[in-house]
Amino acid sequence: MRFNYTQPIIEVKNLVKKFGSFTANDHLTFTVSRGEVFGFLGANGAGKTTAIRILCGLSKATSGQVFINGVDANTKPERVKKMIGYMSQQFSLYNDLTVEENIRFFGGIYGLSSKEISQRSEQLFKRLEVIDLKNRLIATIPLGWKQKLAFSIAILHRPAVVFLDEPTGGVDPITRRQFWELIYEAGNEGITVFVTTHYMDEAEYCDRVCILAEGVVQAMGTPESLKKKWQVDSVDDLFIQIASGNRLKNA
Amino acid sequence: MNRFFNIIRKELYHVFRDRRTLLVLFGIPVMQILIFGYVITNDFKDIGVAVMDQSDDPDSKALTAKIFASGFFKFSGAIHSEEEIHKAFRKGSIRAVFVIEPDFSERMMQGELARVKIITDASDPNLANTIVNYLSGIVRNYAIGTGVNPSRLLVLHAEPRMVFNEKLIGAYMFVPGTLALILMLISALLTSISLTREKESGTMEVLLVSPLRPIQIILGKVTPYVLLSFINGIVILIIGALVFDLPIRGSIPLLFFELLLYITLALSLGIFISNISSSQQNAMFISLFALMLPAVLLSGFIYPVENMPLILQWLSALVPPRWFIVILKDIMMKGNGLAYVWDETLILLGMTLLFLLASIVKFKERLTA
Amino acid sequence: MRTIFILIRKEFIQIVRNKSMLPVMIVVPVVQMFVLVYAANLNMKNIDFVILDLDQSPTSLKLANKFASSPFFIEKGRVYSIVEADKLLRNDRADLVIQLPSGMEKNLTLGQGASVQFLINGINSMAAVLTGAYAQNILMDFNRELLPQYHRISSNSLQNTIEVTYSHWYNPELDFKIFMVPGILVILVSLVGWMLTALNIVREKELGTIEQINVSPIRKYQFILGKLIPFWVIGLFELGFGLFLGRLVFHVPIVGSLLLLFLFAAVYLVSVLAIGLFISAVSETQQQVMFISFFFALTFILMSGIFTPVESMPDWAHWVNLLNPLAYFMKVIRMILLKGAGFCEVWKEFLSVAVYGSLMTLLAVRSYRKRA
Repeated sequence: MRFNYTQPIIEVKNLVKKFGSFTANDHLTFTVSRGEVFGFLGANGAGKTTAIRILCGLSKATSGQVFINGVDANTKPERVKKMIGYMSQQFSLYNDLTVEENIRFFGGIYGLSSKEISQRSEQLFKRLEVIDLKNRLIATIPLGWKQKLAFSIAILHRPAVVFLDEPTGGVDPITRRQFWELIYEAGNEGITVFVTTHYMDEAEYCDRVCILAEGVVQAMGTPESLKKKWQVDSVDDLFIQIASGNRLKNA
Repeated sequence: MNRFFNIIRKELYHVFRDRRTLLVLFGIPVMQILIFGYVITNDFKDIGVAVMDQSDDPDSKALTAKIFASGFFKFSGAIHSEEEIHKAFRKGSIRAVFVIEPDFSERMMQGELARVKIITDASDPNLANTIVNYLSGIVRNYAIGTGVNPSRLLVLHAEPRMVFNEKLIGAYMFVPGTLALILMLISALLTSISLTREKESGTMEVLLVSPLRPIQIILGKVTPYVLLSFINGIVILIIGALVFDLPIRGSIPLLFFELLLYITLALSLGIFISNISSSQQNAMFISLFALMLPAVLLSGFIYPVENMPLILQWLSALVPPRWFIVILKDIMMKGNGLAYVWDETLILLGMTLLFLLASIVKFKERLTA
Repeated sequence: MRTIFILIRKEFIQIVRNKSMLPVMIVVPVVQMFVLVYAANLNMKNIDFVILDLDQSPTSLKLANKFASSPFFIEKGRVYSIVEADKLLRNDRADLVIQLPSGMEKNLTLGQGASVQFLINGINSMAAVLTGAYAQNILMDFNRELLPQYHRISSNSLQNTIEVTYSHWYNPELDFKIFMVPGILVILVSLVGWMLTALNIVREKELGTIEQINVSPIRKYQFILGKLIPFWVIGLFELGFGLFLGRLVFHVPIVGSLLLLFLFAAVYLVSVLAIGLFISAVSETQQQVMFISFFFALTFILMSGIFTPVESMPDWAHWVNLLNPLAYFMKVIRMILLKGAGFCEVWKEFLSVAVYGSLMTLLAVRSYRKRA
């Protein structure tokens, strides 16, 4: 068992986020365990990014409770930030800094000592096989490498949870595969990976998925159990059924 | 044609949605005119002057009284030693010390030379000069008033008449200058930023691949700014006319034509800048420092071109606002027609063509690269 | 503290790598100083004039020559009709037409006096007033020279019986440049400080890298200090560089204490940078930052007393200037550099800038949110 069900690392209870009269997140409730690879799926505009931003402390919930490793994200966002990592859609590495400089920067920000930083960056370079990219500016590095680097740097400080917001946009299938290998390794080390995506095939890789549509949790469980329940062959079909089902409901 | 209007509409959305920029665009000219109109005036008043009266007799007191009755100067204390002067100057509370040397009345009565001395804080040399001029004038008047019968002595009277600007309204200077600056700001700066932004975000390439021709894209992007500039220009003219009595003695159609010409020039400059800038920041800095500042200073807006050293006078010839300001003054205040402004107009036309050509060349370069 | 150091180190790496920034910071001040200082000259000279001599007498010729030989005026020719004169005024070929009336000499001989008309291009009111003053001075002089001829009195005894001498302290040669250079330095240092700061922060917003910062345990104050300190250092450097140039090229005197000046600048820069921070917090794009900065910069500069003395401004302007940090520095820099003012003369401004800086920083910090 890679993860421990009895140790929820993320607890979300009745999370609501409104923008004016528009409800982006409508009473979301779920838990995520330590070491899980948790997929947060949904079409664009379903409320994924809104929710993840609240979990990261980038945004404040309208109502509801969010606990990360037992800490209330609403009232103590700064404590939460020490325990999490984040990789946004735009990767957010500094384009005009080299790989090494980015590592040094983010490592230092999260309180790693120089020794730890050099140890871990060596590990990182070996693992990604990018030792010759060390002194290259991020702007000159191809997309696939950037993506893997961004992820590795996001977990450099071994956070309890790492949040990935649509991390695999625009890369080839091989790179995506390699990326997910990295994710699994992180999970094995005990780092919970909370990933949002709209690539349904990636959903198959997750331990559990949660499908969001129109701000509400439509389905949650392991990919296997959900496929069986809804009698479809792939999460892709699952999603289409749920999404179109909703449209029928609202028509 | 339809697609063309689409681009114009999209650009208009961009412009009008950015409330902050819009506010500033209309705010700057208003603010500038207000400041130039009411703050940076030629008014010479309340200049702090201290008095070191070493005679302390009726004449010295009368002269002192006359000085401060003029309204130009503000009495800022009595001084008794040179050290005090140093201190007062350093504090910055006074700009000059008026020293009346001993035996003032006595000497005047006996027809001997009575002496006064003006000590100025010349850290602001213009002010110091003006202070000396005004104070000397007052002293001279006083002397004439108490001296020999003056009226027979003045044989040549001066009759100064200010042509084109009888009342010496300061607005004549700065409203054209403000116009030139603002139009340059909107047209050149905004355009260059807008075009570079599209380049940066990659949407420019989307446009280029569409069925629109490059010329349509550029014209489409640029038209809203023409509109904006034109409206802004008219607002400035109206404020000038209403608040400062700025006349428009010449032909209005000609004025509008020159306005449009200048706007076009500024726009072509903006396009050119966007072609040579790799990023928004670049575009901004080039526009601001290479355009705006020289435009303000070398155009004759604030400092007369005739006073500048020769090199700068030549540089000034390269600065479009310089010519535009001349045209504006000619048409608005002198009432000149095309006969007088054709050469400046030709210059502006030439510059516009130059920049457009350069932009097209640069653009083609990039496309075929 | 280590966090702040890391942030500062990152900023400096980025600044140095930013190829367009370095030339801007070095070239622009240099160019500005030279152009501005030489261009900014309100002293009148080379006033183009023409003579409309309707008298054509020896006296009128003498008067015409007197104008021609004056260092302020340049004769552009003689005209013979008012129509010609008008054309030249319209054409900008002449800014002054001196009309000597017909029968001038005759009238003088008859003891009746005569009027000389000065037609001055009044569009530039400042220049026009000065032109009129100079012309009148020359006329007055000529008047005095004529008197012995017509009144048989020695011109000496008709002089004003009051002799006026004057002495210009701190700038005896009335060198406009040493007045302008400190003013320009103030503008430079302020502009560079606040625009660069504001643009820098907004760029992070636009690029999205600011999200990564917001999601990290970096505290708000650490982030702000990390952004401000590099530009504070750069601002002080610019001041030093500019002073060095000013001294070398324009011989700007440094009468007072440089230490005091830099101390003041250090405090002053905090306010200016805080303004930049505030602008970046309320703007979303670099364009907005640019325009808002420009707006405030222009206002502050114009009202700071760089061109015209603050005393001559209307009362409401004095109130507005309380909020204008440039006004304080403008005053102080000239006081220290040119007059050698010491701390006891500038402590009031020091205090004002310190208070302003603190308030502005508080405002800026509050307006910057890590969490939406």
